[in-house]
Amino acid sequence: MEAEAAVVRRSVGRRLAGLFHGRPRLQVGALLAGPVGWLVIGYLGSLAVLLAAAFWSVDAASGELVQTFSLENFQTLLDEPVYKDIVGRTVLIAALVTVTDAILAFPIAFYMAKLASRRGKAILVVAVLLPLWSSYLVKVLSWRTMLSSGGVIDWALEPIGLSGPGYGNTAVWLVMSYLWLPYMILPIYAGLERIPNSLISASEDLGASPFTTFRRVILPLAFPAVVAGSIFTFALTLGDYITPRLVSNNQFIGNVIFNNISNNLPLASALALVPIVVMVAYLLVARKLGAFEHI
Amino acid sequence: MRLSRRSALLLRLAVGVGLAFIYIPLIVLAIYAFNSSNVLEWPPPGLTFDWFPKAIEEERAREAFVTSLKAGVVATAIAIVLGTLASLAVARHRFFGRETISFLVILPIALPGIVTGVALNNTFTQVLGIDLSLFTVIVAHATFCIVVVYNNVIARLRRLSPSFEEASADLGAHTWQTFRHVTVPSLRSALGAGALLAFALSFDEIIVTIFTIGNGEETLPYWIFRNLFRANQLPIVNAVAVIVVLLSIIPVYFAHRLTREEGATAGARGGAGAVGGKDETAATAMP
Repeated sequence: MEAEAAVVRRSVGRRLAGLFHGRPRLQVGALLAGPVGWLVIGYLGSLAVLLAAAFWSVDAASGELVQTFSLENFQTLLDEPVYKDIVGRTVLIAALVTVTDAILAFPIAFYMAKLASRRGKAILVVAVLLPLWSSYLVKVLSWRTMLSSGGVIDWALEPIGLSGPGYGNTAVWLVMSYLWLPYMILPIYAGLERIPNSLISASEDLGASPFTTFRRVILPLAFPAVVAGSIFTFALTLGDYITPRLVSNNQFIGNVIFNNISNNLPLASALALVPIVVMVAYLLVARKLGAFEHI
Repeated sequence: MRLSRRSALLLRLAVGVGLAFIYIPLIVLAIYAFNSSNVLEWPPPGLTFDWFPKAIEEERAREAFVTSLKAGVVATAIAIVLGTLASLAVARHRFFGRETISFLVILPIALPGIVTGVALNNTFTQVLGIDLSLFTVIVAHATFCIVVVYNNVIARLRRLSPSFEEASADLGAHTWQTFRHVTVPSLRSALGAGALLAFALSFDEIIVTIFTIGNGEETLPYWIFRNLFRANQLPIVNAVAVIVVLLSIIPVYFAHRLTREEGATAGARGGAGAVGGKDETAATAMP
């Protein structure tokens, strides 16, 4: 019985294999049907719905969703200065976080890739990975406690007559930089690993100072990796609504979307298009700069 | 690279500052978990171990933990299947739109989480008319987990010479046998690393989860989120947080072992593999 079943199974496998043999198009189709179906129908489809919903409106009197085309939401976003402030603030913090992380990450990544011993490298990789794996919320929580009045930061700054930033934009910038730092370190590390040491030696042998070698050889080669890391730091900051809520009273794009989702879905959708447009533009530039090789 | 003593020192200092920045918050959190007072003040007035038993006894937190495990396991399974299929197509075939696939796969994680959350919420509730539940959470998680499996597997496939598969075919194996006995074994550690990452990504997710979870259900991050605003729950939340951080060491350990295993085989295969082995460490880490 079992042997028979095995024969049947094998022959089914064989018949299927035969069907695909020498038919590369069929093979590609079979391989892609699942993933592309899922992502195009499920994900791009959802984005399309979001796009459509951005042109709907809410009837002011009844609160009902009106599914006819209108530019009302975009008008609101453009007219009300509060939205301009919010978008400006979010993009500014995202840019600041990205720059901060690039500055903090580069020395660590460089040390890991080019100077640390084999053992030191292994330890550093784990040291950088560990916080990446630990919960996002836990990390925000620990900053919330550290930044609270009378918390660790106030306590540490008190002897020199200062007090911590408390909750606010500075706190959001600090916490976001903290959260996304490993996402910047790892692509830069991998990018630096790919630079052959012989290139650096050649530059040194030709008389370049370490600074010149860094500026003319290492930085240009590592730049796409920095851009790759910046995709994460930028996108993650742009879409976060939890950190702002936990360590500030300020509104960011994410908060406004979150607050409007149940009572004004069209406005929330229109606002959600802002980070999409920003990110798609960012990704297109990043791809031009060769960053996709480093993700 | 040759550095002057001063620049080497400065570099070390920068590394130290970076690592301190990474670890001080986690250490502070761990100390607060032993805080005997439930008021947040620094330094804590006294230390106690009481919060940990209380955290473990917390019924809702345990249920949330199980929910997170379920979501993570199923989403990872879906991501492994879809990610592997896509990477096989891109790495082993040429076809129209091949370049677009990596863009498509990366989109759910490259777009801000709130966008994915709102878009899926919209589709589930307005278009499909299905109630939000654990199922919708899993669909959402699987969508952004595909990319980590895809990236890990495609990195491996690119380094893996197709000649092994050709040799298998020349020796008479049919497509399925080749896949089963040649391709899959050589992808094993890449799949393992991808799966670990996908699971970690799902287990930790909160931004999309809030938009896709049903009434009355909660994942562990959602439980933490809901409870950290309640002052009298905070010490228990801190203890749960420390337990979560400690648990996160397990996947790091396994990921490390997988990449070390990889390094060993790559080394045995010749010099070229050594760089690849390190590459993988980073690829492994990139969600």
